Amino acid sequence: MPMKMIWGFFKGTLTLVAKGSRAYYVWVSCLLVLIGIGVLAYIYQMENGLIVTAMRDQVSWGFYISNFTFLVGVAAAAVLLVIPAYVYHWKPIKEIAVLGEMLAVSAMVMCLLFVTVDIGRPDRFWHLIPKIGLLNFPQSMLSWDVVVLNIYLVLNLTISVFILYNLYHKREPNKAFTTPLLLFSIPAAISIHTVTAFLYNGLAARPFWNASILAPRFLASAFCSGPAFMIMLFQIIRKYTRIEIKNEAIFKVAELIAYSMFINLFLLGAEVFKEYYSNTVHLAPLQYLLQGLKGHSDLVPYIWTAMIFNISAFFLFLVPQTRENYVTLNIGCVLIFIGVYIEKGMGLVIPGQVPDTLGEIYEYAPTGIELLVSLGIWATGLLVYTLLLRVAVPILTGEFFVGEDGVKAVIVDTEFIRRADHLAEQSYRD
Amino acid sequence: MPNQESRDNPAFRMSRRKMMKGVAAVLGALALPEKDAPASVWESFFQKHFREMSKPELEKVLARLEKEYSEKYRKAVKVRATPPIEGVLYGYGLDLSRCIGCRRCVYACVQENNQSRDPQIHYIRVLQLNKERGVDLEDAEHYYNPSKVPEKGHFYMPVQCHQCESPPCTKVCPVQATWKERDGIVVVDYNWCIGCRYCMAACPYGARHFNWKKPGLPAAEMNPETHYLGNRPRPVGVVEKCTYCIQRVRNAPGRYTACVEICPVGARKFGNLLDPESEIRYIIENKRVFILKEDLNTRPKFYYFYAT
Repeated sequence: MPMKMIWGFFKGTLTLVAKGSRAYYVWVSCLLVLIGIGVLAYIYQMENGLIVTAMRDQVSWGFYISNFTFLVGVAAAAVLLVIPAYVYHWKPIKEIAVLGEMLAVSAMVMCLLFVTVDIGRPDRFWHLIPKIGLLNFPQSMLSWDVVVLNIYLVLNLTISVFILYNLYHKREPNKAFTTPLLLFSIPAAISIHTVTAFLYNGLAARPFWNASILAPRFLASAFCSGPAFMIMLFQIIRKYTRIEIKNEAIFKVAELIAYSMFINLFLLGAEVFKEYYSNTVHLAPLQYLLQGLKGHSDLVPYIWTAMIFNISAFFLFLVPQTRENYVTLNIGCVLIFIGVYIEKGMGLVIPGQVPDTLGEIYEYAPTGIELLVSLGIWATGLLVYTLLLRVAVPILTGEFFVGEDGVKAVIVDTEFIRRADHLAEQSYRD
Repeated sequence: MPNQESRDNPAFRMSRRKMMKGVAAVLGALALPEKDAPASVWESFFQKHFREMSKPELEKVLARLEKEYSEKYRKAVKVRATPPIEGVLYGYGLDLSRCIGCRRCVYACVQENNQSRDPQIHYIRVLQLNKERGVDLEDAEHYYNPSKVPEKGHFYMPVQCHQCESPPCTKVCPVQATWKERDGIVVVDYNWCIGCRYCMAACPYGARHFNWKKPGLPAAEMNPETHYLGNRPRPVGVVEKCTYCIQRVRNAPGRYTACVEICPVGARKFGNLLDPESEIRYIIENKRVFILKEDLNTRPKFYYFYAT
């Protein structure tokens, strides 16, 4: 019987994701086209080797690993919803915490894809599987990353599917099962970002990364970018679907961002002070990033854009009036997302390698192929999130549930993405 | 007229053909093996880690590689897996007072070790430094190109793998594809490396090089005397590095590396650190010696010294 019920649920989800409004089909088709472009670009890269990227021996990690690093932060940020929801039982956020977990799942998928497209021999991925291959655990921080990222992916997938499956059966999820997993997801989220920071942090050859402040900085900025993305998503979700998300939930998340951004800026300042005041040979990478070095200054405009964005966003989120105004709030979210994307992406990965260990300066800028492959991966992440939402939203609104016989799924919601004016009558604003 | 158009545009046709080939390659990689797929493709796919292979397994692999390379380069290629010699720990000396920066070592190394010619991979990087500033890497000139060396006011510092006693590169490898052998040589199993390049980020000496493209090694220039962990031809997408010419030094005890042999001024010294009578021991005990980036505690077995 349970197998039959699970099969019924699974079949229901398949029918569900195939159904939707025109807007839904258009959106999914656009994503599929972008994914197709990404796949073609990746095939071109496979055929010709990583020479089609701008990476070289001097700068051997580039745009792919930058995106990977940033997205680990986005995934880790789901915890910012879990803590108020399940530790402090704050109801407005509890209702939407599952959306954060699904975002973590999508971000993890993107992370794993970004690593896959970066490695030279994806055909040998099985060498990483313990027992079958030879995972260098616990020596290599990358092996730790493989372990924690996969655990985090499975953990979030399990939690969200379990909760949704129970809601679909119109019953409260069994707390004895969910609570330990949810509580475990908090240290797990912190660990994925810490381990990713340690990946860089442990390299004595790279003074820019070899600073103990790196892991705390990673965490602080992760708690800005991920939630900023979620605030924007929440508004889109509640505008175009029947799901309700309370204002106070959004404003609370925004408030948490302000604190995180303060810590992020403070830690960055501490790092800048230490390097400039002590003025050792280890200053060069930071100089390259902030001022340019020996006439090489490709990253300078980007990092200052990021700085200005992050500082402006900090003030927008700090002041309650601008935090609780949707125009300024959304401006702040966009600024933070871009700011952290630059700072924790290229702004972190590239200066670690410029100048290289023998003092050579190679200026890296991604090629078109790298951009297209990355675009494809972002589209894949969005598609995963869209499909997860396609199932989750009707469950949460009670429009997708199990029928009287306990097996067959009932689908009320055949649209998913609806026109905003059709939803106008049920106003949840304030 | 479409025919005329495509004939006039061979580049487009080529790229499309290449693209289709790529599609086929990816589909091929995903699909099950075809019935007539060469068995060696699958043997190499499922090949075990070098250190996990039994003796007969290793011999089978060596035979397969010899056959493959001999066909590809149209000559009898030998692939050995000579083990370390007992009681030997290799050490290298480089006399900064003698080096003239001629880069003969760079190209002798390329020839001996079958590096890619297109794009070029060099295990040795010779830095041109200012006598006034001393060993200041931030000030190093990597691509100096005068008609005559040495240039006034400069000295030259070749850098290659330092074969560290505690190598940061092997520690970080997620799949143990690189390790330090008993004779102190740090090696890579090119059939196990996944190409993540973490070792390149970890190496403080820029000693590791990646095959960004299928290595371009002309058959005529291919050195057929190879070692599994050394100069056998490399596939695309893996990391490689200096192995103190493992194929030479293990095969004939006392033999020099290619770079030592070619050096016109005798700036390069090589020998057994465990032998109190060796030249390298004499240098360490009697000359002004330093190691690069001593503070990183990598304990290189590559010693810079000033003989005069």
